Amino acid sequence: MELSGRLKNAGKSLKSTGRLMRKNYAAYLFLLPKLILFTLFIAVPVVWAFALSFQEYRIMDANEWVWLDNYKQVFESEAFKKALLNTTIYTVVTVPFNVITALIAATLIHSLGKFAQNFFRAAFYLPTVTSMVIIAMVWRWMYNYEFGLFNHVLGWFGLEQINWLGQTNSALWAIIIMQMLIPFGVGIILYMASMSSISDSLYEAATIDGANAFQKWLKITVPMLTPSTVYLTLLSTIGSFQVFTQIILMTGGGPGYATETLVHLIYKTGFRDFEFGLAAAQSVVLFFIIFVISVVQYKVLNRKG
Amino acid sequence: MKKKFTLNKLIVYVLLSVAAVISLLPLYWVFSTSLQLKSFQDEELERPTSYVNANPPKMYPMGISEYFEHWGKARDAEKAGDVEQEAYHRDLMSLIVKDTFSGFTSLFSKNQMGWWFFNSLYIGIVVTVGILLLDSMAGYVLAKKRFPGRNLIFWLIISTMMIPSQVTLVPMFIMIRDLGLMDTHWALILPDLSMVFGVFLMRQFMLSIPDELIEAAKIDGASEWRTYWSIVLPLARPGLAALGIFTFMNVWNSFLWPIIVLNSAKLYTLPVGLKTLQDANLADFKLLMSGAAIAAIPMIIVFIIFQRHFVKGLTLGGVKE
Repeated sequence: MELSGRLKNAGKSLKSTGRLMRKNYAAYLFLLPKLILFTLFIAVPVVWAFALSFQEYRIMDANEWVWLDNYKQVFESEAFKKALLNTTIYTVVTVPFNVITALIAATLIHSLGKFAQNFFRAAFYLPTVTSMVIIAMVWRWMYNYEFGLFNHVLGWFGLEQINWLGQTNSALWAIIIMQMLIPFGVGIILYMASMSSISDSLYEAATIDGANAFQKWLKITVPMLTPSTVYLTLLSTIGSFQVFTQIILMTGGGPGYATETLVHLIYKTGFRDFEFGLAAAQSVVLFFIIFVISVVQYKVLNRKG
Repeated sequence: MKKKFTLNKLIVYVLLSVAAVISLLPLYWVFSTSLQLKSFQDEELERPTSYVNANPPKMYPMGISEYFEHWGKARDAEKAGDVEQEAYHRDLMSLIVKDTFSGFTSLFSKNQMGWWFFNSLYIGIVVTVGILLLDSMAGYVLAKKRFPGRNLIFWLIISTMMIPSQVTLVPMFIMIRDLGLMDTHWALILPDLSMVFGVFLMRQFMLSIPDELIEAAKIDGASEWRTYWSIVLPLARPGLAALGIFTFMNVWNSFLWPIIVLNSAKLYTLPVGLKTLQDANLADFKLLMSGAAIAAIPMIIVFIIFQRHFVKGLTLGGVKE
């Protein structure tokens, strides 16, 4: 009795779903092209990547399922450990520095007149619209040992010339310094936009309470900007773990493994050595690292605010 | 009080100006090196053969000062009636001009810079137009239509935004190869068209379009396509502008995937061309910087013209939700 009633209801809702689908066939047609592309070039490759990471890829035969062997190889490899370490150092130094300097720059720019605001915003955002390929090429030139700009500047201060990209102990730091000196344009623009949406009444109240400019900044501006800070920290951490272009164009991961990074290693494993299974496993590991860091950062940063 | 205020302002200006110089110096150095005199030799003055590899580095293209120096000397010789001297300096002047732009001319004559530029431009335009159409269609129905599976599709698409694109490199490579699309522009266009960020952006944007307008169009008997084309799209113009600019910029600058799938020099996009240029001319910095300058100019122009939309696009994708 009850069962048949339920079945009837289920039948009814199926029928009404069918009717809704027919009534909205246009909606499906609108979605269809994107959905096909999405399935073919994102959904299928993602699932495939996970499957491949448990296989050994063969060109002629069917792939062999080796299960965790690839992952074992990933975690036992010196190159991967070095790449993970380098990428982590790079991220830990550059991300906080870039987010904080973006906040300071945005604060300073925000206090200026309209014309100056536009000028500085453009000056700091321009390197972001320029391809990293171009930036990396010119920094490689500026880091040049004999004729580079930087060694010349060191000479002004009577310092010894440095073989920036050619030495094991300086190459990673050269890459890090470069990233620190490229302004975080997205951050500056976002912070400025968020700042202008903070209500003036908060500042007025603080003025009445006798707060000075710095106190107001620390106690009102910074906390009110927490959502932007969370977003920007996540965004630049994710980007930072994918650092690649500078590496392949400036050092090729060398000397030795001095500047090897995760994505550059994936590129080498997959498309120089053609070890597809291993490269897939490395990229799945990269995904989990980024995923875990994002979740943790989101939780921690949001709790503070 | 008044005095302190202006002092503060001065400090702010000085700090920001120093930062702006650091920010723009690399770009300046690209252009300066690309126009630097390279193989010009003035035997009379015993100057170095190359100003590119000068130590200390020359801070601006030396052709400018050299040109004016010889121009002045040519004029003096003309006044003095020394025809031979005048011709000598005039010859040098044309040599200087030639040498200043030699990086650019050899990029187009000895390398296939023209093709790289054309490929980047047309792929950028094709992908941008395609993305605007596909993503606004998808975003529109995801925001404004109720149909079974809508939420499932939306969350499916959103959840893949979390996955770094490197994860799909290997399967995509195998797929493109098996489809026979290796070393074609389809290998770039198809994956680019499937990027999902725009769907999310357009959906968020379309949510703010009032339902009444869409209902009114329906009552007037407009078809779904007409409603979308002549009501929804015009209203979504600011969102489309932002998405278009960011799509074009991403495609124009995209690097990792193109270096994997393109092998023929004629098919390269600019970033791939620049990499191979560097691999083949590791120390010819004038040539390399000339290539970099050509690749940088279009984006700089796009940015200057559409600055407003850049700001808008960033804040659309970022702060709100």
